[in-house]
Amino acid sequence: MNIINLLTQGVLLGGYYALVACGLSLMFGVMRIINLAHGDFAVLGAFLAWTVSDSADISPFLALVAVLPVMAVFGWLVQRGMLERSLRAGMLVPLLSTFGLAIVVENLLFEAYGADTRSLAPMIGDLSFGSWAITDQFNIGYLAALIFALAVLLLGGLSLFLKHTPLGRAIRATAEDADTAELVGINSRAVYGIAAGISVATVALAGTLLAMRATFDPYSGPMQLIFAFESVVIGGIGSLWGTLLGGIILGMAQSIGAQFDPRWFLLTGHLVFLAILAARLLAGQVGARGGLRTSLGIDA
Amino acid sequence: MSLLTLDRLDVRHGLLKAVREVSCDIADGEILALVGANGAGKSTLLRAIAGAHLPAAGRIVFDGVDVTTMRAHNRVALGIALVPEGRRLFTTMTVEENLAVACASGRPGRWSIDTVMTLFPMLRARRKARAGNLSGGERQAVAIGRALVTNPRLILLDEVSLGLAPLVVEGLYRSLHSLFEGGATLVLVEQDLNRVLGVASRVVCMLEGRIVLDGRAGELTRDQIIEAYFGLRRGSGRDDKVQGQP
Repeated sequence: MNIINLLTQGVLLGGYYALVACGLSLMFGVMRIINLAHGDFAVLGAFLAWTVSDSADISPFLALVAVLPVMAVFGWLVQRGMLERSLRAGMLVPLLSTFGLAIVVENLLFEAYGADTRSLAPMIGDLSFGSWAITDQFNIGYLAALIFALAVLLLGGLSLFLKHTPLGRAIRATAEDADTAELVGINSRAVYGIAAGISVATVALAGTLLAMRATFDPYSGPMQLIFAFESVVIGGIGSLWGTLLGGIILGMAQSIGAQFDPRWFLLTGHLVFLAILAARLLAGQVGARGGLRTSLGIDA
Repeated sequence: MSLLTLDRLDVRHGLLKAVREVSCDIADGEILALVGANGAGKSTLLRAIAGAHLPAAGRIVFDGVDVTTMRAHNRVALGIALVPEGRRLFTTMTVEENLAVACASGRPGRWSIDTVMTLFPMLRARRKARAGNLSGGERQAVAIGRALVTNPRLILLDEVSLGLAPLVVEGLYRSLHSLFEGGATLVLVEQDLNRVLGVASRVVCMLEGRIVLDGRAGELTRDQIIEAYFGLRRGSGRDDKVQGQP
């Protein structure tokens, strides 16, 4: 029974990773931008939710109603004001500019909120610690289950949206070939802006949930970026369902590693990530066919 | 009134001047064959008209509107459609999705996914197939259909027969005939002279970025076109090039 508990906790944790990775996956899939500020946007979302929730004395979930649209607009502005310009200068420049943005966001948060570690857990009552006891050794936490359900809903919903709506089709067409999308009447710059908005809103949601299940401070972002990046790469870049699977694999690896020694929690996750990357490198005959792009699972 | 006016248009690829001071009027309902050797600037000219490549100098006026700096998707809304060289389908999307994505942003009119499928019956059976898994002829039909569903007034076709079996090309040209009844204006870029001379009402020949011959299809002889095509008549052709690129 212990092993089932262990795997279940891993899967539920993976739901959180998938949620953080969702926006990163979308942004890379559509715009070919690896947003290094992604983790810091999650933390920014968490701080906004904390501020709204604290000052208006409302539940953080209610605060999200205000925070998510604001973060979506923020994402749109970052795309139109910064990423669009840097994309024109080549593949490397967006990487550098998002790295710079990450540092700016971290330090602005530090200026505004100080170095205190916070959590939204006290604001959500027994949701943060309550659980269903299946057996003596097998518990499912309310919040962990909620986060996993949200991850499946979000990634599934986004998948359906991309597949079946006119805007979703326009996003897919632009992702594949932005020049040709323009030639069939799609405003590719608007599509990029919308994709960035969706991406940043989803990561703000993930950040707020992180703040409920754990603690956060202005410098928590980079760690979240690493988890997101690992989930995306394990699952294969550009596939949203793959991202969910990648998150679950990462979560399970960490949970199993921690079982042997709590200090191995992070290390096992990184090792599994590296092992999968190495396996892809070997399987894909990288040098001959597209180098690292193939090994990351990017369609040529 | 002419539908499209090009006024001393210069288009560059970096330092290379691909199109040089091209001026041309295209009347409504005209079927214009744009011919010339590889690298003469035909595709670049079409891309500039469609908005995929902004000109360095000159003006493009479409139906009285100056579209020189207008973005491509806005030109589609005005009624300009390009079937690009190499077809450029969205390969991960189905045939139907490729058409639907263009449908959403074009003008209203007689062309819809359904009428395109009637024009190209082979697409109806393949509507759920991924565009990447189609044969060359099917892909070309989707590319043309994708331009048609935006209900354009001006269709630019870039090398539609390239890489296709002669029989398939025959079929494509036959379906082009049915387009003319719709009143669209066409610009055809083609390597195969015989093919375009059969359908075009006007022939424009480009050489090294310039228009060197422009006339009614019926009034030009094949030899005249071939001379212009290879620049045989113009002994000064080489000198021009030297002067243009000091």
